[in-house]
Amino acid sequence: MNDLITANKRRTVFLMVGFVVVVIGVGWAVGLVVGNGATGTVVAGAIAAVMAFTSYWKSDAIALRVSRAVPAGEEEYRRLHNLVEGLCIASGLPKPRVYVIHDPAPNAFATGRNPKHAALAFTTGLLEQMNRVELEGVVAHELSHIKNYDILVSTLAVTLVGTIAIVTDLAIRTMWWNGGRVHRSGDHADRNNPLAFVGLALLILAPLVARAMQSAVSRRRETLADVSAVRLTRYPPGLIGALEKLQADTTVTHSASMATAHMWIEQPMAGVGDSGHLGAWHKLFNTHPPLSERIALLREI
Amino acid sequence: MVVGVLLVGAFVLYNGLVRRRNEVDNAWSQIDVQLKRRLDLIPNLVETVKGYTAHERVALEAVIAARSNAMGAGSTPHEQAAADNQLTGALRQLFALAEAYPDLKANQGFVSLQEELANTESRIAYARQFYSDAVLAYNTAIQAVPGVIVARVFGFTEREYFEAEEAARQVPRVQF
Repeated sequence: MNDLITANKRRTVFLMVGFVVVVIGVGWAVGLVVGNGATGTVVAGAIAAVMAFTSYWKSDAIALRVSRAVPAGEEEYRRLHNLVEGLCIASGLPKPRVYVIHDPAPNAFATGRNPKHAALAFTTGLLEQMNRVELEGVVAHELSHIKNYDILVSTLAVTLVGTIAIVTDLAIRTMWWNGGRVHRSGDHADRNNPLAFVGLALLILAPLVARAMQSAVSRRRETLADVSAVRLTRYPPGLIGALEKLQADTTVTHSASMATAHMWIEQPMAGVGDSGHLGAWHKLFNTHPPLSERIALLREI
Repeated sequence: MVVGVLLVGAFVLYNGLVRRRNEVDNAWSQIDVQLKRRLDLIPNLVETVKGYTAHERVALEAVIAARSNAMGAGSTPHEQAAADNQLTGALRQLFALAEAYPDLKANQGFVSLQEELANTESRIAYARQFYSDAVLAYNTAIQAVPGVIVARVFGFTEREYFEAEEAARQVPRVQF
């Protein structure tokens, strides 16, 4: 278990460094497109540094905010609080903050940077559909994410992947509209700038790289959290039942966005089917292993 | 040089064992916290039930007796578990009796006490589980090489598990 935690902390460092490198690369690419590589790189470096820093301290607040999570009242959500407190005793973790999301689709996620600064969020749909043992399985799954420091890696990924998406999007759109500039005579000099194509290619590739990073970070974590959850509840049928209900449910979690997709207990997006002519490609970017695989694994325990 | 390396290694091992042993102690005190919480709830429960079920003295007295028994119980996991199981049984009988008194079952104070007790019971189970995990980690550390050498020299001894742990854990889950 401790090896895992060390591995996750190391992975976080890699992720941060990788992110800084990608952002600087994006800045360089923007510079190439616009025709001024050095300035772009410096500006991007500065943005990357600030973003990496804020992600570490503020990413849990950001993740909760974009998912429209509100604090769960002690009285109104008594059962949920009791379960969380009980499982925290069993795992030796401090009690995290508990949030609910008003969304009929059943789903949940954990966020934060360490067990002392952690939060759990559950959709109202999940709370309505799950019985006590199933909910216990889900809570244990999320607490395992906290205990294994998965939350640090995945929450950082939210802001880092999100930033790359926004920056590249911005750059491409800016280019489309000529950066808001009116036509100037100097522009003619750039017409034969072959590097601009390199820049453009990089800008298109960057979000894909970011997304692949996100998938790599999360898929294995999910299976691991399932196993640790069962170790915590000592009752596999609970989590199996919960996953089966998630599998049977086809509603889309509207509160989730592409950037937070990997954090949830179940893949929140629809249309990422494994069939169709692009099925193999979709699999590459799936943030979660198929539910049927996860259920089959738990059955073997 | 070699002596220095060995010495540092011994320090690291020793500190690791101390940390694990403290975790076991901490886990143990967590159980005590939950057990005490349950004992504190019982006088309230007895008061509430008394008003409704004047002629069910036996069940009430069994609970009171089990409570004082649990308060005076010894400090080994085994003794504590025995006293605690007695209390759990007495409480269960009392709640079974309460089924025959609709007025009592409608009492808001009684309902919330019942919930609170059910809750505390599952927390006791969780705390015991945490204790067992801590003991497992600690016992493994002092039995395996190289920890066993340091453990022998400084007198780290094995800790006791909860025997009926799994059985006791199932009960409150099924009922509530």
